[in-house]
Amino acid sequence: MTNPVPEYPLVEVRHVSKHFGEGETRVDALRDVSLEVHPGHVVALLGPSGSGKTTLLNVIGCILEPSTGWLSLDGEVVYDGRWLRSDLRKLRLEKVGFIFQFHNLLPFLNSTDNVAVVLSLAGFDTAESKRRAVELLDYLEVGHRKDAMPAKLSGGEAQRVAIARALANRPRIILADEPTAALDSQRAGIVMDLLRKVATEQQAAILAVTHDEKIFDRFDHIFHLRDGRLDGNEGSGA
Amino acid sequence: MNLAFRDIRHSLGRFLLTCFGLSLLLGVVLSMIGIYRGLVEDALTLVRAPAADVWVVESGTRGPFAESSRIPGDTREAIARLQGVSAAGSVTYQSIEAPYVGQKLRLYVVGYEPGRPGGPDRIVAGRPIGRAHYEMVADKRSGLALGDRLALGRNSFTVVGLTDGQVSSGGDPVIYITLLDSQELQFELAPPAARREVARGTGPGNTDTINAVIARVSPNAAPESVAEAARRWKHLAATTQAGQETILTRSVVERARKQIGLFTGLLLIVSAVIIALILYTMTMDKLREIATLKLIGAPDRTIIGLIVQQALAMGVIGFGFGALLIATIKDYFPRRVVLLPEDGLALAAAVILVCVVASGLGVRLALKIDPATALGG
Ligand SMILES: Nc1ncnc2c1ncn2[C@@H]1O[C@H](COP(=O)(O)OP(=O)(O)O)[C@@H](O)[C@H]1O
Ligand SMILES: [Mg+2]
Repeated sequence: MTNPVPEYPLVEVRHVSKHFGEGETRVDALRDVSLEVHPGHVVALLGPSGSGKTTLLNVIGCILEPSTGWLSLDGEVVYDGRWLRSDLRKLRLEKVGFIFQFHNLLPFLNSTDNVAVVLSLAGFDTAESKRRAVELLDYLEVGHRKDAMPAKLSGGEAQRVAIARALANRPRIILADEPTAALDSQRAGIVMDLLRKVATEQQAAILAVTHDEKIFDRFDHIFHLRDGRLDGNEGSGA
Repeated sequence: MNLAFRDIRHSLGRFLLTCFGLSLLLGVVLSMIGIYRGLVEDALTLVRAPAADVWVVESGTRGPFAESSRIPGDTREAIARLQGVSAAGSVTYQSIEAPYVGQKLRLYVVGYEPGRPGGPDRIVAGRPIGRAHYEMVADKRSGLALGDRLALGRNSFTVVGLTDGQVSSGGDPVIYITLLDSQELQFELAPPAARREVARGTGPGNTDTINAVIARVSPNAAPESVAEAARRWKHLAATTQAGQETILTRSVVERARKQIGLFTGLLLIVSAVIIALILYTMTMDKLREIATLKLIGAPDRTIIGLIVQQALAMGVIGFGFGALLIATIKDYFPRRVVLLPEDGLALAAAVILVCVVASGLGVRLALKIDPATALGG
């Protein structure tokens, strides 16, 4: 890797625990998890079903409040025993892009508008939003499907539109929950290449949950989760 | 980018179908109000037709429409002599059934003195009654046409003129005949016993009775003082035109008004519940999309806008269709349906209010949605 040495990690998780329920029904989904993801890195989150991967992603995306711990995004401490910002949705809009296992495109908007909606939420006017949306679709090689409705897209196309949406606002943190699970290995490879391209060109941090052994070699680092705990780390990261 | 509009356009058929259903419901509400207005209007046409200022009837009654009233035929001359009275006419009112092309026609017969107050105010075809006997002016709603002959009692009458929209408070079409003909008809149709007494001259009756005297007052005289003067005769009662209209709306229309008012109220409540349910289901169907919107950072404002705008669109389109529908078919109702702009506006305002309040349910649900639900499989 030729990435410049970053000054600070884009994602920094320290001693985060999360449990659901109390007493008999208590589930410890995360136990004392600490990790960092640096700009330009693509890292994987691996673990059996129920090990806490989605929970961790939701915590980092400020969708789920941790039980204890400390979280910093892009140099800003957002959680320290409590949320330090009240406008978490605005925080997400500014800093975080999500890619879902199922594309979750808005069914009533065509490809362009599914991407443009994020830009118009961020304050761009309609024309500029659409222009940038089409640009992004081209970048992700689905420009030819810019007027298609989600129901008419193939799985791979829909996932690339969803990635375009996640990238639209140029977030520096991209969280992906099994982004390639619904794709064949060739399509999965293309998606991974794209994520790599974004990480390199935009100095973004990408954290992807995956089961997909075929693509393990494409990550800078792999975090293993087991019963909510991080195992010994591999690779070149943190 | 208007998300509400895009979502509607995406499932246009379903949205329009919902609007259509709602429009039928609102059309029914609107026609109920129109039927009530028509009822009042119909009830008042008859009392307004003679352009009277004062009504003189039997003392102790609120006749001639709300209660029956019988006064001597010479009352008119006495009233005409009162100071300030510019014209006076005797009138009779009775409901009859007459055979017409194999069916029974229910009619409301007005007897009046041609040339004096009490006759039809506007003739739309033919001419007014010209002869003393056996001519009539009929309302178009009776189905009678110019030149038709109709047997009333023992005599046959010819239709010489037509009016439009003259009905009794019960909705029966009005026909006008001369006072003399109507008195004969009243006598013929009276129960046999009463008829014998009248013929013998022993009974309380007399063939020269009328139901009311209608008086017009000269511009510089007050109707109330004329009524006051008429009341000095012990056997007479008198009301002004305004008083007569009040009696009619109070007594004749009051129960119908309550009935229809209650029904309209119920329909409005039903509509409100249905609108609320529709909006709630519309939101339920969009939970995932709303969660996604939250996840990509849409503020509550955007999500509330989506729901409220769709609710308003549904209300406005539903009401528009409904109003159009009723305006189109209102003339096919058996009785008059009167659509007043102010009633329409009031209902529109009520519908919009209901939509906004009902969308509150959907909004509450939408705001509670956890953005994480968009993530799961
Ligand atoms: N909202 C929730 N309420 C209760 N338990 C939950 C909830 N979300 C996740 N869990 C539990 O937390 C654990 C981790 O879940 P999750 O993060 O979804 O695992 P993974 O994504 O690795 O399959 C599981 O035991 C799961 O049942
Ligand atoms: Mg999961």
